[in-house]
Amino acid sequence: MFAFIIRRLIATIPVMLVVAVFVFLMLRLTPSDPAAIIAGDNATAEQVADIRGKLGLNEPILTQFFIWGAKTLRGDLGESFFFKKTVAELISDRIEPTLSLSFFTIVLAVLVAVPLGVLAAKKHGSWIDRIVMGFSVLGFSVPVFVVGYSLIYIFASELRWFPTTGYKRLHDGAGNWAYYLILPTLTLSVVYIALIARMTRTSMLEVLSEDYVRTARAKGQIERKVLFRHALRNAAVPIVTVIGLGIALLIGGVVVTESVYSIPGLGRLTVEAVLARDFPVIQAVILMFSFVYVLINLLVDLVYSILDPRIRY
Amino acid sequence: MSAEPNVTVAAAPPVAALPTRRQQSSMARAFRNPGVILGGVVILIMIALGAAAPFLGTINPIEPHTSGRNRPPGGEVTVRDDDGKPMKIVYRLGSDNLGRDVYSRVLYGARISIFVGITVAVVSVFAGLIIGLFSGYIRWLDPIVMRLMDGLMAIPAILLAIALVSLFRAGIGAVILAITIPEIPRVVRLVRSVVLSVREEPYVEAAITTGTPMLKLLWRHILPNTVAPMIVQGTFICASAILVEAILSFLGIGIPPETPTWGNVMAAGKDVFYLFPHNIFYPAIMLAVTVLAVNMLGDGLRDTLDPKLAKRV
Repeated sequence: MFAFIIRRLIATIPVMLVVAVFVFLMLRLTPSDPAAIIAGDNATAEQVADIRGKLGLNEPILTQFFIWGAKTLRGDLGESFFFKKTVAELISDRIEPTLSLSFFTIVLAVLVAVPLGVLAAKKHGSWIDRIVMGFSVLGFSVPVFVVGYSLIYIFASELRWFPTTGYKRLHDGAGNWAYYLILPTLTLSVVYIALIARMTRTSMLEVLSEDYVRTARAKGQIERKVLFRHALRNAAVPIVTVIGLGIALLIGGVVVTESVYSIPGLGRLTVEAVLARDFPVIQAVILMFSFVYVLINLLVDLVYSILDPRIRY
Repeated sequence: MSAEPNVTVAAAPPVAALPTRRQQSSMARAFRNPGVILGGVVILIMIALGAAAPFLGTINPIEPHTSGRNRPPGGEVTVRDDDGKPMKIVYRLGSDNLGRDVYSRVLYGARISIFVGITVAVVSVFAGLIIGLFSGYIRWLDPIVMRLMDGLMAIPAILLAIALVSLFRAGIGAVILAITIPEIPRVVRLVRSVVLSVREEPYVEAAITTGTPMLKLLWRHILPNTVAPMIVQGTFICASAILVEAILSFLGIGIPPETPTWGNVMAAGKDVFYLFPHNIFYPAIMLAVTVLAVNMLGDGLRDTLDPKLAKRV
């Protein structure tokens, strides 16, 4: 097991290296000169040249890559062109809303989607199955912001149960914090629920026809235990895999959801940075999200052996 | 199969006949699938709406009318045309914050959405096919290409698209490129898995033994096996490309805002959404229906052409 963890950790190095090279090249390949962007429209040629020197843009590209890589590994992500702050400060300012939203979404999605998928598989071909599958196709087809605006229109504008937009920090009171996150969480979880419910159903359908499920029923095991202990446990590996892969979908959704609800998180920061061509911020956000995505999928691999003791490394 | 008299098989040209016969029958099955029929019909209607937009009572979708801003559906305004004569405009689906006709913009928007969806699907499938065929067949190339693809896939797709649009000047070409690149690794993986499984088949080994040149071997013996999975995958890519284009436009970082696209109509309406939901409502319906139709087409094609695909991805 320990050797496996080390092996998997080492295997992520080339992946992250490719991401790093891409992120590094982004700034160098852009048609616009980063020094000119920082200097602003009224800068003289000398000022631009001065900034180029300070950024190290005159060095050979390989040297630049190693300098940049070493700084990034130390946690020095550079300075934002636009916000005039260090990128690390910006990210730490903006990380709380994004973490809160993602956490609530993952918990809600798993709690709703897995039982739905199990139910759909159990009642295969029935109207419940059709509704779950219909919802799942719909969830993939309706864009996140349309879900968001529909929920705002119904529950905030018309019924006035929830605030329309905004975010309250956790240290200003957990009640308001959670209250403001309800609609964004519902919005973001739709596509994630669709994804997980669909995979749960497929995986359960396969397992439910196995001999040991028939045996469990034959010996008089109550149905709930047959479904959740015998079947779901054996169907878990693909479900957990899709939860991990779905993080990519979730990150894309975070960007949109935060824009719809004016939540000052990392997703909004990404859009603001792109609009301002603030490349150090864009680079840092992409590196970070990709790193988290790779790390979560590494964790998923480790969870396999806990879920299914037959898998040994 | 066994019931067929040997004569038929023997009479047909040995290489081309068998696969063609099989493809025809699965194609025929595909056209009887309800998802394929319904999805296909809806897509054809959308294409027809976009193509016939100038003849469906639309006005110039780009021209603003300052006196007719933010009219509800059915609202009217009288403006002077180029000759100075008064002209009445009826906003069937309301107008946006610049007085542009939402009905016209939504109909013309169908053109962009469908164009982007199909172009991204064709380009990414084509690029993925070439990379995947060579990577799957040439053993020394495979690890290099796959590490590169793993790295690209580690960046969540929407984030990668956002990063790529930030590099180029806003325009439809840049948006298409930015949506295409994140799709390519998925196609490459799929093609490669087909190539790897086909490479060990006796007929491929026979072709190698008889000294078939590599390009001919890939073209004649391996490529035909990728056709069905590529049609299915291309359809799903088309659906997701239409969604991502709308998301980018909605976030204000996609196709320039004056161009009529569904995402741009919604972006123009998001600030006055609480008073005038029609700006979001109508393009959202068109968008959701279109993507739903393409997804239904994809599901239907997968079930009939390539039932194994769901497990392979």
